[in-house]
Amino acid sequence: MNILTCVKRVPMTGGTIVLTADEQAIETRHLGFTISPHEECGIEEAVRLVEAHGGESVVLTLGPAEAEEQLRDCMAIGAARAIHLVTDGEEWDPQATAAAIAAAIHADGTAFDLILFGNESADAGNYQVAIRVAYALGLPVVSGIKGISVADGQVRCERESNGGRDVYEVPLPAVVSVLEGLNLPRYPSVPGRMRAKSKPVAASTPPRRESRLARRRLVVPAGQGKQAEILGHGPDAAPRVVEILQQIGLL
Amino acid sequence: MAVLVVIEHVDGEPTEPSLQALTFARGYAVDGAPGEPVHALAVGLAPRGLGELGVGTVHLAEHDAFGSYAPAAVARSVVETIQRLAPSVVVAAGSELGNEVMAHVAAMLDLPLAANCISASGDEVTRIRWGGSLLEEATVHSDVVLLTVQPHAVAIEKAPVGEPAVERFTPDLLPADLAVRVTDRVEAAADGVSLADAKIVVSAGRGAGSAEGFGIIEELAALLGGAVGCSRAVTMSGWRPHTDQVGQTGTKIAPEIYIASGISGATQHMAGCKGAKKILAINTDPDAPIFASADYGVIGDLREVVPAISAEIRRVKGA
Amino acid sequence: MSTFPGGAKAVVIGCGIVGNSLAYHLTQQGWTDVVLIDKGPLPNPGGSTGHASNFIFPVDHSKEMTVLTLESQRQYIALGVNTECGGIEVARTEERMEELRRRMASAKAWGVDSARLVTPAEIKELVPFIDESILLGGFYCPTVSVVDSLRAGTIMREAAVESGALTVFASTQVAGIDVEHGRVRRVRTSRGDIEAETVVIACGVWSPLLAAMAGARIPLVPMVHQMIDIGPVPRFAKASKAIEYPIVRDMDVFMYERQDGIGLEVGSYAHRSIQHDPEDIPTIEAAALSPTEFPFTQTDFDPQLADALDLMPEIVGDESVGVKYAINGLISLTPDGMPILGETPEVKGLWSAAAVWVKEGPGVGKSVAEWMVHGESHIDLHSSDVSRFHAHQQTRSHVRARTFEAFPKTYGIVHPVEQWASDRNLRLSPMHERQKELGAVFYEAAGWERPQWYEANAPLVERYGVAAREAEWDARWWSPIINAEHLAMREHAGIFDLSAFAIFDVNGARALDALQRAVLAQVDVAVGRVVYTPVLGSLGGFKSDLTIMRLGDDSFRIVTGGAHGMADRKLFADLLPEDGSASLVDVTTAWTTIGVWGPRARDILASVTSDDVSNEGFPFGTCRTIEIGSQLVLASRISYVGDLGWELYVPIEQGARLWDLLWEAGRPHELTACGIGVYGTTGRLEKSYRAYAAELESEYTVIEAGMQRPKVKEQDFVGKDAHLRHREEEPAAILCTLTVDDHTSASGVKRFPLGREPITLRDGKPLTDSKGRRSYVTSAGAGPSLGKYILMAYLPPEHAVEGSQELAVEYMTEHFPVTVDVVGPRPIFDPENTRIRS
Repeated sequence: MNILTCVKRVPMTGGTIVLTADEQAIETRHLGFTISPHEECGIEEAVRLVEAHGGESVVLTLGPAEAEEQLRDCMAIGAARAIHLVTDGEEWDPQATAAAIAAAIHADGTAFDLILFGNESADAGNYQVAIRVAYALGLPVVSGIKGISVADGQVRCERESNGGRDVYEVPLPAVVSVLEGLNLPRYPSVPGRMRAKSKPVAASTPPRRESRLARRRLVVPAGQGKQAEILGHGPDAAPRVVEILQQIGLL
Repeated sequence: MAVLVVIEHVDGEPTEPSLQALTFARGYAVDGAPGEPVHALAVGLAPRGLGELGVGTVHLAEHDAFGSYAPAAVARSVVETIQRLAPSVVVAAGSELGNEVMAHVAAMLDLPLAANCISASGDEVTRIRWGGSLLEEATVHSDVVLLTVQPHAVAIEKAPVGEPAVERFTPDLLPADLAVRVTDRVEAAADGVSLADAKIVVSAGRGAGSAEGFGIIEELAALLGGAVGCSRAVTMSGWRPHTDQVGQTGTKIAPEIYIASGISGATQHMAGCKGAKKILAINTDPDAPIFASADYGVIGDLREVVPAISAEIRRVKGA
Repeated sequence: MSTFPGGAKAVVIGCGIVGNSLAYHLTQQGWTDVVLIDKGPLPNPGGSTGHASNFIFPVDHSKEMTVLTLESQRQYIALGVNTECGGIEVARTEERMEELRRRMASAKAWGVDSARLVTPAEIKELVPFIDESILLGGFYCPTVSVVDSLRAGTIMREAAVESGALTVFASTQVAGIDVEHGRVRRVRTSRGDIEAETVVIACGVWSPLLAAMAGARIPLVPMVHQMIDIGPVPRFAKASKAIEYPIVRDMDVFMYERQDGIGLEVGSYAHRSIQHDPEDIPTIEAAALSPTEFPFTQTDFDPQLADALDLMPEIVGDESVGVKYAINGLISLTPDGMPILGETPEVKGLWSAAAVWVKEGPGVGKSVAEWMVHGESHIDLHSSDVSRFHAHQQTRSHVRARTFEAFPKTYGIVHPVEQWASDRNLRLSPMHERQKELGAVFYEAAGWERPQWYEANAPLVERYGVAAREAEWDARWWSPIINAEHLAMREHAGIFDLSAFAIFDVNGARALDALQRAVLAQVDVAVGRVVYTPVLGSLGGFKSDLTIMRLGDDSFRIVTGGAHGMADRKLFADLLPEDGSASLVDVTTAWTTIGVWGPRARDILASVTSDDVSNEGFPFGTCRTIEIGSQLVLASRISYVGDLGWELYVPIEQGARLWDLLWEAGRPHELTACGIGVYGTTGRLEKSYRAYAAELESEYTVIEAGMQRPKVKEQDFVGKDAHLRHREEEPAAILCTLTVDDHTSASGVKRFPLGREPITLRDGKPLTDSKGRRSYVTSAGAGPSLGKYILMAYLPPEHAVEGSQELAVEYMTEHFPVTVDVVGPRPIFDPENTRIRS
C-alpha cells in the first residue's frame, strides 16, 4: 500500500518562548527544528504499515527550504521519497495549506491508500488541515487516532473516548489524523541517515491562496507571576510537604 | 445577527467545555449588542438546562444516524442550521470533538476556522498556539466567523432567560456524511485512577533514571490514591506508556495537586498541567523554569525526596 | 543562601570546572574571603562543562598541557570521579602511524610510561566491536579516563563552602566590572555590587564579554564541536558501568567513539569550522537545551557517518540502533590552541582562567590559584599566559582566522614548526621587499614575517656540500640552505633581520632600581655596557632571558625575543614604582635591528663608518652610537651565533637604507643574507646558547641551566632567596650538549630528531632526575661547522658525564646513540669564544 504522511517543520522550544521583534514569529536563532510529535508517530506508523504490507511510504511538507532537513529526518526513519512544497518561510493559514497539499497529491499521481496527518500541529494547533484535505480529495477522514490496522481494503482506527476506545472502520483510500501514543517512534539509525541523503525530494513552489485566518501578532502570555514557596531542601522537606497535603485536604 | 453555539452533551447533559463556549458566545459582541439570547444546536437529544445559560432557541437535529457518532453528520446539521439561520458567529467547544466537527463544517463551507480561542470581538480573535504557551491575535476574514473556545478559558456564568424554544429538524445527510462513524467500541480495563480525572498526580521526568526508577513514584501515588504521570522524555525513552504522559501531546490534567519531580518545565509539559490547582515541584535546580509556575518547591533529588515524603505519609497515617 | 556580600578578597566568575576548582584552590592556598558567582543555576550553569564529553587523554605534544592534564587527573582521582577505561588513538594510514610513534616520544618525555603501540589484533581484543582490518595500529594509553566534571566541581565548591572561606551565588548576572586607576575595583551584579581586590573571569565561551566590561581582552572564540549519541547498543545492554571499553580516537577522520552506558557517543572535529561570536550565545531562557548546546546541524555531520560506520560497523551499522541525541556543543578555541591564564595586562587584579577544557581544568584551577596567592605556580604556564598576546593577536579578526584554521588540526598531524596560512603579513620589516627579492621563505614570529632562509642562497648548498634530509617529516619546514647560510657566515659574514625583537626603554630616576629588582644580573654597570641576564620568578625558575643596554645613568634599553615580548613587558611594567619615577615605553616598532656577524663583519662595518670598530675601540659587550652614512646607529657588540659582529639599531624608517648600505659594503666580503634558521638554531646550538621556553623554563634553576655567576649581586631581585638556596643545593639535573653518533634508522634512512624527544639509556630506559623530571631534548639542530647534529638536554648528574656514550635519543620509537659532549655552559663550537672576542 502507498502511504503519504504530511509533516510540518516546527522549532524545538525550551522552557521559554521568545518572539522576534515584529511579533510575527518565534525567535528561532538558537533553536533546533523538528516535526510535531503526532507526526513522528504518523511517520513511524507509515513505515510499519509499509514494512507489513509492502508499498511505498512518502513524506510531504509545506514549508521553507530548510524543511528539507525534516524530510531527510523522515526518510532516515524509512520514508522512501519526499514531496517538498517550498514556501518563503511565512506560515500559511489552514485553508491555503490544505489547498496546496491537495493539489500536490493530485499532481504526484500516486494512488495513496492512506494519507496520514498529525491531529494538530505543535505550533499553530489549527486542528483542521487533515479534514480540509480529505474534503478537497473527496476522501473519508478520521481524527484523533491512536490505533491503526489495515486489512481487506479497510483501515480500522481506534480513538480514545470516555475511558475506552471508539472504533471506526473506513474503506481505503482514507485520510487519518493521528495522535502521539499511536506507537513509540524509532530513532533514525546511522545507515538510515546515510540512505536518506540520496533519497529523492521533489520540490515545487505552489501558489499561495489568500489567508483568511490572518495573524496580526503573537503574544507571550503573561506569566502566572508565581514564585514557588520553597518548602525545604532534600528529604528534610518531607514533613512540610505532608503538612501542605493535609492543608489541601488530600490526606 | 444571531450567534449559534454547538452543544456537546452526554445523554442530554451538556459538557463543561460546551457550557464555557456558551458563556463565551453570550459575551460575544455582535453589532454592538452583546448579551442577546443565543441559539444552540444539538443532535439527538435536547440538552438540559440551557435556558439557565442564556439560550433562547435550541435547534435540535434528529436523525436515526445519530445513534453513533459520525462527525460529518453532526457537521452537516451545523451547516444546515447556518444556512437557515445565517448567524454571524458559530461557536463550539475547543474539545476534541468540537474542533473536529467545526473543522468539517469549515471544510464543507470552505470558510476559515479559528480554533481554541480565548477571546474574540467581531472578526478579531485571540487563540492559543503551542498548547497555550503562546497566543495569536488574528483576523477572521469571513461573513460568518467560525471558532472554537479553548476549554477553561472562561468560567461558566448563568444567565436565566426561561425555557428555550426547541426547533426540531432532520438534516439532509449525504451518504458521505455517514462514511466515517463509530462502529465498535473497546472498553479499557479499569486500572486505577485515570490520569485526566485524578485528584492527585505524581509525575517524574528523566531524573527518575530508568523505568525501575518509577517505583518510588508509583509508591507515592498509591499512598495518595493518585495517578502516575511522566514527561515526554520518559515516554520517548520507553520507560512509561504514552497514557502516562502529561503535556501538550499527552494528557491534559486538572488535579487538586500536581507533584512534579525532576521535571524542568518545558513548554510542551506545562501545556498539559495548566489545569492543576496547585503544583509542587521537586527539582535539584532551584532555577528550573517549573518553579515559576509552581506553588510549592522542594530543592533536591527526587530519588531522595520522594521516598522521604512516602515515609512521612506512612508515619502520619500510622499515628 | 547567604546575603550578598559588599566586598571580598576575590570574586571568581563562573561555576564551570575551572571556576569551582579555582575557588577551591584559592581557599586551599589560604584565602578566606572568596566569592564565586555564576549567572546560571547549579550544579550545571549551562556552560561547556555541562556538555563536555569528559574524557582525558593525558598525552599531548605540549609539555605544559600534559603536565596540567596529569595534575588534573590526579585531582579527579582524589575526588573519586575518575573512571579509568583506557583509550586508543588508532591509525588508518602510515602517516598517522608515524604520528603515533611521535606520540610515544611525548608520552615518554612527559612521564606517561603506560602508553604503548598496539597492533590491529590487540585493538580488536580491547575493542571487540571495531573493524581492525582498516587499521594499521594504535597508540594505547591505559590511564585514559572518563571523569564526572560537574560532580568534581560540586565537590570542590562544597568543600570550600564548608571550610567557611567561600560563598557561592548562582543565578547572579554580572552587569559590569569597574576599573579605577588601572586596577579592578568592583563587580556589579544582579544581586548588588561587590568590591574586590581580585576578580577572576572563568566564564569559558563568555569570557571575552566579561573581559570587555573591564576594558581587557580574552581572545578566544566559541566554536562548535559536534556529538551524537546512538543507542541502545545490544552489546552494551548489560553494561554495569558508564564505560567499560577503551575510548577510540579515530585520528585520521578526526572523530572519536566511546561507550556511554548503553549508548555509543560519536564526536567529531571533522566538520567545517563553525564559529560564533560570544554575543550570539543565547540566554539560559532563550536556549532550548543549554546556552552552549546549539541545535545540531545534520548536514555538517553527514559526511562523518560513513567513517564511523567503517570503523564500528557492528554498532553504527545496526539498524536497531538509533541516533538519540545530537548537539553542536560550544567549546573555546584560541589562536594558538592554549588556555588563557593569568592577570590581564590591561587591568591589575583582573585575572583570566579561560579557554580551558575539562581535561586540564583542575590543574589550571590549582596553578592559577598558586599564581594569584603566591605570585607563581609550580607548573610553568608561559604558553598559557594571557599576557603573551601581541596587539594583533587580540583582535577578533585574527582570532577567528587562526581558530578557523586550527580547528581541523584538533586531531590533525601538526609538524612542530608548521606555519600558519591565514592572516599573514601583519608585521613587515622595512627590509621585507629586499628579502623577497632574495627569495626569502618567511616564517612568522609575533606576527612579524621573518626570513627563515633565502632561496637565493641555494647555490651555497652545493658549494658547502650540505646533504638533504631523507625523511620527509624531518625535511618538512626545513631546508639545507639553512646549513649552507650558516657555513657562509662562519667563513665570511652573514646579515640578519632581527626586527621581531621586542624593545622596551626604561627611563627615570628609579629605572635602575626597578631593573635591579627585575633581573638576576648586576645592572649597575658603566654606561655603554650590555648585560645579558636571566629573569627569575619568585621560586627561582626562569621567566625570561634578555639583554639590557645601559644607555645613560637613568636610561636603559631592554631587548628580548618577540615571541615572549609581551609577557616580558608586563613582567617589567609590574615592577615599576607607582610614583612614576621610572617608566617603560615599548619602542619595538620605533626601531629595527640588523645583525652582522662573521669573520668579515668588522671589515664590512669599518667600510661604512668612520667610527672606531676595532676590538680595542669597540670591545665585546659594549654598545654605542656610531655613524653609518647619514644614519646614527646604535651598535651593540654581542652575538647569539658565536661570531664577531654587531646588532645595529636604527629607526624603523631607516632600516631599508641601512640594509642596502651594508649589503653593498658586504659584496666584496661575500656577505650572505642569513635566515632565522641560522640565528635561532644552528648558530645558537653550536654555541650551546640557551633559549627561553626551550632550555629555560620555570621548573629549572639557574644552576641546573649552568648560568650562575660567581657572585650574587647585593641588591634584592625577584627569586633571589630561592636562587641563593639553589646555589647551596646539588643540582638535580645539568644542562648538557649532546651530539648524535649515528642517524641511521632500522630502515636505513637517516633520521633527525626535531626536539622534545626523550633522552634514554641505549636500551630505551628513560632518565628521571631526583625531582621526578624526565630528560628530553630541549633543542635540536644541525651544527654545520662541527659536522654534527646537536641536542641539548638536562641530564641527571650521574649521566652528565662528558664523553659518555651510554645514552640515546628516542625518535619514532627507535633509539639513536648520542655522546655527551659538554656538561654545563661551555660552547661546543669555539669553546674559548675567540671568534666573538677577536
